[in-house]
Amino acid sequence: MSTTVSSPRPGQPQPDSSTPDSGPSSVSAKPVTWRTPVLLTAFGLIALVFFGLMGPHQTASFGISTGEDFFQLPALQVNAFAGGIVLSVLLLGLAGYAVYLKTKDRAAPGWVTVTFIVLFVAAFLIWVVGGARTPSISLAGLIAGSVTLAVPLVFGSLSGVLCERVGVVNIAIEGQLLGGAFTAAIVASMTQNPFIGLAAAAVAGAVVSMVLAWFSIKYLVNQIIVGVVLNVLVSGVTGFLFSTVMQANKAQFNSPPGLDIIEIPILSSIPIIGPILFRQSLVGYLMYIAVLVVWVGLFKTRWGLRVRAVGEHPQAADTLGINVNATRFWNVTLGGAVAGIGGSFFTLVAIDSFTKEISGGRGFIALAALIFGRWNPIGAFFAALLFGFADNLQSIVTIIGTPVPSQFMAMLPYLVTVLAVAGLVGKSRGPAASGIPYVKG
Amino acid sequence: MSDKHPPKHAAGEPGPEAQAASPAEDRTAAVVSVDTAGGAMEPSAVPATAQSGQLPGGPDTVLRRIFTGSSMVSVLAVLLALIIGGLLIASTDKQVATTSTYFFARPTDFLTAVWNAATRSYIALFQGSVFNPRGNGVAAQFAPFMETLTIATPLITAGLGVALAFRAGLFNIGAQGQIIVAGILAAWVGFALHLPLGLHLLLVLAAGIIGGAFWGGLVGVLKARTGAHEVILTIMFNYIALYFLRYLLNTPAFQRPGETNPISPILDPSAVYPQIFGTQYRLHLGFILAIAATVLVWWLLNRSTVGFEFRAVGANPKAAQTAGINVSRSTILVMAIAGGLAGMSGVAQVAGTEKVLTDGVAATYGFDAITVALLGRSTPWGTFAAGLLFGAFRAGAVQMQIQTGTPIDIVLVVQSLIVLFIAAPPLVRAVFGLNPRRRKPARTAKSRKAATTGGAA
Amino acid sequence: MKLELRGITKRFGTLLANDHIDVVVEPGQIHCLLGENGAGKSTLMNVLYGLYEPSEGEILIDGKAVSFRGPGDAMAAGIGMVHQHFMLVPVFTVAENVALGAEPTKAAGFLNLDETRRRIREISDQYSFDVDPDALVEDLPVGVQQRVEIIKALVRNAKVLILDEPTAVLTPQETDELLDIMRQLKSGGTSIVFISHKLREVKEVSDTITVIRRGKVVGAASPAAPTAELASMMVGRAVSLTLDKAPAQPTEKTFEVRDLTVIAPNGHHVVDGLSFDIARGEILAVAGVQGNGQTELTEAILGLQDRVSGSITLDGKELLGRSVKDVLGAGVGFVPEDRKVDGLVGTFSVAENLVLDLYDKPPFAKGISMSPAKVLENAKARIGEFDVRTPSAVAAAGTLSGGNQQKVVMARELSRPLRLFIASQPTRGVDVGSIEFLHRRIVAERDQGTPVMIISTELDEVMELADRIAVLYKGKLVGVVPAGTGRDVLGLMMAGIPPEEHAPVQQAPQGTAQVTTAASTSDAEGGDHV
Repeated sequence: MSTTVSSPRPGQPQPDSSTPDSGPSSVSAKPVTWRTPVLLTAFGLIALVFFGLMGPHQTASFGISTGEDFFQLPALQVNAFAGGIVLSVLLLGLAGYAVYLKTKDRAAPGWVTVTFIVLFVAAFLIWVVGGARTPSISLAGLIAGSVTLAVPLVFGSLSGVLCERVGVVNIAIEGQLLGGAFTAAIVASMTQNPFIGLAAAAVAGAVVSMVLAWFSIKYLVNQIIVGVVLNVLVSGVTGFLFSTVMQANKAQFNSPPGLDIIEIPILSSIPIIGPILFRQSLVGYLMYIAVLVVWVGLFKTRWGLRVRAVGEHPQAADTLGINVNATRFWNVTLGGAVAGIGGSFFTLVAIDSFTKEISGGRGFIALAALIFGRWNPIGAFFAALLFGFADNLQSIVTIIGTPVPSQFMAMLPYLVTVLAVAGLVGKSRGPAASGIPYVKG
Repeated sequence: MSDKHPPKHAAGEPGPEAQAASPAEDRTAAVVSVDTAGGAMEPSAVPATAQSGQLPGGPDTVLRRIFTGSSMVSVLAVLLALIIGGLLIASTDKQVATTSTYFFARPTDFLTAVWNAATRSYIALFQGSVFNPRGNGVAAQFAPFMETLTIATPLITAGLGVALAFRAGLFNIGAQGQIIVAGILAAWVGFALHLPLGLHLLLVLAAGIIGGAFWGGLVGVLKARTGAHEVILTIMFNYIALYFLRYLLNTPAFQRPGETNPISPILDPSAVYPQIFGTQYRLHLGFILAIAATVLVWWLLNRSTVGFEFRAVGANPKAAQTAGINVSRSTILVMAIAGGLAGMSGVAQVAGTEKVLTDGVAATYGFDAITVALLGRSTPWGTFAAGLLFGAFRAGAVQMQIQTGTPIDIVLVVQSLIVLFIAAPPLVRAVFGLNPRRRKPARTAKSRKAATTGGAA
Repeated sequence: MKLELRGITKRFGTLLANDHIDVVVEPGQIHCLLGENGAGKSTLMNVLYGLYEPSEGEILIDGKAVSFRGPGDAMAAGIGMVHQHFMLVPVFTVAENVALGAEPTKAAGFLNLDETRRRIREISDQYSFDVDPDALVEDLPVGVQQRVEIIKALVRNAKVLILDEPTAVLTPQETDELLDIMRQLKSGGTSIVFISHKLREVKEVSDTITVIRRGKVVGAASPAAPTAELASMMVGRAVSLTLDKAPAQPTEKTFEVRDLTVIAPNGHHVVDGLSFDIARGEILAVAGVQGNGQTELTEAILGLQDRVSGSITLDGKELLGRSVKDVLGAGVGFVPEDRKVDGLVGTFSVAENLVLDLYDKPPFAKGISMSPAKVLENAKARIGEFDVRTPSAVAAAGTLSGGNQQKVVMARELSRPLRLFIASQPTRGVDVGSIEFLHRRIVAERDQGTPVMIISTELDEVMELADRIAVLYKGKLVGVVPAGTGRDVLGLMMAGIPPEEHAPVQQAPQGTAQVTTAASTSDAEGGDHV
């Protein structure tokens, strides 16, 4: 997550009055706030009290290998109480380090926060499993399941990255996912070919995006309004057609052939990472490719430089002969196509038919992942994985029977996002011109 | 965006127009500052013309507004959306499909079928929402209209909440969550406490408003303190509220004794809104309160110092701050009031229409409220009217589905199309061939602005 | 390359920004477009640069008509432009900014910034620009950012370079350096179109001058023409260059600033240990190049800055740490530097803007209930008093011209009894007629016995209004000097050199003391104003 954006002030023409002239004297670094150290300490204490001192005393067991691996590793056995204590002490150590740095007026480096999050999740997991009726889960399964659940989120947040980087806020991710899911189902059913369905999903997502682009660029309609309304529109259209067309003739219109899981021999049998990386559907593999392509594209190519320029300072781009609105239009369209592919995951991989509102608000989680990942494709990918993990954990905890109500587990991504935007991950700012229509002159 | 077909001017009449200082800079700068506070924020959801308060004697009177373009555009937008909705209905109609097979032989059959399919649905919609001529007696004939008002009630109050926030420059996507939290509190007071008539209902109402205000105000606090974007916050808060509600409905405290269904006990009779026109209609006191809320919001926005602050902050937060207005306080206050208004919708649901708490307490009212506020152009009475219209759609759609089999979802389609079209007047005018000046649509707003700049130097 | 504009006309709606303008730029010349703010110079250049399409007229290059569909075409034709507001992406490096739009690439569209870096170093060495290709633009001083803009044009082989008000953000010394660069470029064969309203610079560097007024060419002039002649051509009438202003009658010092320090969000000390005071009945003008802490100084007084230390007292009461509302309530009138951003709510009516900071006080409000009738009544009075040209009191303020907008702000601030009046850039982007009016009102406020503080980056304005002049440089007070102080002394002070270190060429060496007696000879100036 290196290439984060922190533009000093959004807005088109730099108000030259406030441009600090030739960095005057004294301090030149940005001031370090107490926010991160304080938050880390607070969460460290929460971990110590709940996961450690008040933690369960069972031994939690985490299966690492699945039957299909070519070598078996023993399950990880952790005493929940000891594990909680050890991890929370580590967490407090990290928090202490951040406090120490603050006293030296230095900001905690990124790895501190990332490590903190990872350890906190681990502590949380041990606590949840340790307190369950059957304190044993398959870690491999948990992670693989998380990745699976994260697929549409990753595509959705990539769509957000593509749109916001070029200066258009995309609240319509939900609609793009839903449109993709619907179209994939109906086209794949009619053609009996999942690949055509996949392509059609991309087209559907792109069409939703084009409406967003058209209204916000040509008619200067507020992008958030268009996004919100598009979600309703897509929900209405797909719901309507589902009730009239699909339900009337399910066999013809709503029984898409699925995309099979493609296993890469040998590699797929590596414990833990095998199933994640090498036992995926076509959509799953496309996800990894898309993340990499978008990242490389944005930061290493001419296209990316222009896209980012348009998102940061469209006037500057315009004066250099870059067609701002065309760049925006096609990038937003591309973003929609990406989200559309993500939507096909619902009907071609996860479930074998379309139902109303099948995307179930995941477009908004994708939006959250985009922000949590700081408008960076790789950041968004990991954020989406985290949210997929929470989603998966929610269903697992109901099975193994833990004291934590599943509703709170379901709430987690949203709570985490609130913390993120409220400053846990530092002041994260999107591209400066995001949301602002470009009017020439 | 360029001026390809400028009106031909006689040469040498530059006079007063050219006097206006810095034509180019002024023109664009005005657009930017009007729409985006100097580019520092997204363009507001409020049309620039609506942001100023109404002063007596000014040209901005109600009468004038009706005859200005925007009202015409609103009507045409509704019409256009209905037409497209009709086409969608027709496209899935069996008769239409059959006739289309011999379209070239007898095109009139096809067109008649299209017309029939659409009108059949819309007539059913009308009969289900306004007046049913086949009803038994006058009371039954007007029953649909009463149903419309009933459904419009939560739409109006939640819509007012969204509209008020819009006017203060905030995107309140969170009416859904605010309704839920209000519903939780109001319902609990309604079924768990047993108080005397009058006091009980008052407490239910207060609990709901406070609940909504708390949930909305929390967003305001986070926004004011941390600068987090309210769109993200409110979306997240909606889900948090929903899962919290689901959790509560799984606990015995919110379930009926001896049952484990996620449904609360029925509210005490002393805790529910009285029905206004007798028991044959569901219409309840909440509708009167919605009218009162509309009046109150109108007064607040146009006649109070608080509303002046809200509008100033919404239109140009930096100027507001420089003029001594506390922007943070305004943000928190407006979100709390908006939440309180949405809270009234929650109360209308649990103490008026439903009388119990389920996880569908908010239905989609919170999201519909956004479209209601947008259709109403964020003015109180506009929102009221839009609430009635969408209430009618909702009420009528039920009847439409029963009579013609057209799914309720068509309402979502029509509703969202209306808002899209209203937000893009040039598109609507173009579709109906009403663009007065032959020029690219996106320009018109700007050139109008430039035109008024002239001669003022 | 010879560049010719023939009959260029540009309309915005009914607004005529350019009216049949003819300009010929000969090869290897510095051609100045001289005109007031809003005369239509920038519009013309945006037409030339392909940002606007002309309503009529044509552009010829070496005698051949060309048409530009966008800046890309203009650049391809050898035209480069340095905009008044820099067109640089703040979060990009210099190399990325320079490469943008004409990126050297390797296979498959991958960037090859090494090529760009090489070109930047080449040009940087040639003109001794001293620009690091890998620096982030947002970290660079304004002067260096301007050089990046010039590099951008040169990398694209610009034969004609348009410089739009390039000196607005520079110190006099940086300005001299820029003029040198312009001469170098010219000797290298590049033609330059130099847009300015500052007569001195224009006279110093131009080969040809075209004067534009109200969208029309009013004539050509020679750089050798007398300043007063150029000024009257530009403004359209004989310009009275002096303000009729009685000597100041300063009484007791009621406004005191001590050790004021403001730390910006990025950690810079943007205002650094300022101490000064203002007496009732005098105007203290704060001079300095833009971005040297003036904005933050006024914001600190008003209570808009967070990290402030020191003390600000008015009538013996501390203002620091109080809310904006309290500060305004203490009798501070404030005209912000950017009226559109801070002074007005564009979508509000003129009437509402006239009570923007009075809306909750009687007679406009009782409790929280406002009286629209009173607001309207007040508006009618103010509009009359300040001669605000507006269609009506309920017209949106954003639709007024700059001068009239400024009158609205000024009318509002002067409509209540004041204990201190602060006006930041009171006449920026305002036509000459309004400037005179606004200046007279400011002096009238002083004569009522209000301490007045004027912040201006226009040296002419400072010299015209000031009873004493304080010069800011990098947030520090370089010195406070009396009104009669010469332009060259002030120029050096604006570059951070206090008067006592100047070479002995100065003419009004009143020392550097923080407090000097107000000079009584207010308008020793007169020469080359406007």
